[in-house]
Amino acid sequence: MGAELGKYKACVSARSTDKEILKHAQDGGIVTSLLGYALDTGIIDGAIVAVNKEFAAKHQSLIMRDNTNWDMVEPWRPFPAVVSTKADLLAAAGTKYNISPNVSMIKEATRSFGLDKVGIVGTPCQMQAVRKLQLYPIGARDVGAAVALAVGIFCMENFPYQSILQLVEDHAAMKMESVKKMEIGKGKFWIYGKRGQVVQLPLKVTHKYEQPGCHVCLDYVANLGDISTGSVGSPDGWSTVFVRSKIGDSVWANAMAAGVFETQPIEKVKPGLELVTKLANEKITKNKNTLEARKTFGVGKALRSPYI
Amino acid sequence: MADKITLGYTHLSGCTGCTVALADNYAGLLTLLDRYVDLKYMPTLADVRHVQKVDVSFVEGSCCINDKLAVEELKETREKSTVVVALGGCACYGNITRFSRGGQQNQPQHEAYLPIGDIIKVDVYIPGCAPTPQMIRNVAVMAYLLLKGTKEQKELATAFLKPLMMAAQRGTTACFCELMTEVINQGLCMGCGSCASACPVNAITHEYGKPQGERDLCIKCGACYNQCPRSWFSFDVVENYEAINEAIMAALQ
Repeated sequence: MGAELGKYKACVSARSTDKEILKHAQDGGIVTSLLGYALDTGIIDGAIVAVNKEFAAKHQSLIMRDNTNWDMVEPWRPFPAVVSTKADLLAAAGTKYNISPNVSMIKEATRSFGLDKVGIVGTPCQMQAVRKLQLYPIGARDVGAAVALAVGIFCMENFPYQSILQLVEDHAAMKMESVKKMEIGKGKFWIYGKRGQVVQLPLKVTHKYEQPGCHVCLDYVANLGDISTGSVGSPDGWSTVFVRSKIGDSVWANAMAAGVFETQPIEKVKPGLELVTKLANEKITKNKNTLEARKTFGVGKALRSPYI
Repeated sequence: MADKITLGYTHLSGCTGCTVALADNYAGLLTLLDRYVDLKYMPTLADVRHVQKVDVSFVEGSCCINDKLAVEELKETREKSTVVVALGGCACYGNITRFSRGGQQNQPQHEAYLPIGDIIKVDVYIPGCAPTPQMIRNVAVMAYLLLKGTKEQKELATAFLKPLMMAAQRGTTACFCELMTEVINQGLCMGCGSCASACPVNAITHEYGKPQGERDLCIKCGACYNQCPRSWFSFDVVENYEAINEAIMAALQ
């Protein structure tokens, strides 16, 4: 192996210096702070992020849905929204653990939302989608050059909404609306209730609820983001950050100079890059095996591999 | 200039939207014509309108098989071109002409329109309705590098064009149905949202993280299927996105 972490110019452990953001953030508040800084300085004039139904119902002009009865929409369902203020950004903070089709807004962000410089947050597969549409803009006229900052988030796998529902309501016996935060870490799926209760599920339980599309993915640390980040490798409350592209490098350097983040060398923290590398290799090896197994699936017929 | 590639443009049953998309490269089109491409014939933008011998032919529109002239022009294009590129949804997949019911004045006997791949061998697809100016530009630059570039440039261009050649070999249908059978039903969809953003008629939404297609709205342009990162994806090309984007922009400076 060796390519499991992708190309990067720098890797650090970081967290936001903004206490307000840290209160809402999943880990080190990297995505929220970075996009907030990019908004403030005009690097982007809006960002596509995943929001929850409460936000979506209140800000219907920021999302694209027709005739939705928001009372009927379930809690913890994510919706892509185009936000252009720090307050809206903050309201969207935190991981949702089921897929938000953020790329579906990327063209509309440059159209009815009128953005010239788009920021987008997404999983590794969504970063792949963004880069594919920059190189092969088949249905994305004038979009590629408008992507000013793409922030990737580490991702082992994702869940359909119904899976999250099963995990929270059946396995953890909690109501979806009473959940404050979900998290995967230290080999467990953690569910934190609004009243302080905590339930942990072993990951063994969660595996069968993963969406199958994730099992052919060969990217763990968002190799194609301008900057990619995730909790793995850093201590609690901190995030591991890879600075990858020229855009990422300049944005990160400016944000550091502006004091948006405090950092520690990744070599100095526990568990460090060793764990990130281990998990990346685990994911890639497992999914390469899945791709191989798909070739022999069925009788005289193979399942497709998307990779050429 | 001697080392330009020659380009032709055959216009069949298309709405000229693809031509407009080509022209919408603005100054980029002028640079292309200046340095890389010698436009030999084209009904709208050149004086010569009839098919000539060229390196690369773009074909816009599907082919009406009730129209002898259209079929002959298409076959002549194939004979006289080294590379035939199906430009746009109609040439690739039939697009809205798949829904033709005839009776279109002033040729009411015209009723059967086929994607050009059903009649001739096509080498490269540029799907989309309309195809984007940037996609046409990227393919034009890569075609130039393939035919006239150094060894490294040829390798890059081959890798870049390979998925579009494979799309041409794959067949002449790609609508939301292909997204369904080739991606979602194959357990490959992870709900990124690319298809919904690519759809020119907003026929795709996402419900519970998976695309939901309104098949009555679908015009069969193939944009969703081909934009999907799980229909085809080349790590060799996409991982070098920065360098390739820079090379293309530099070529047009």
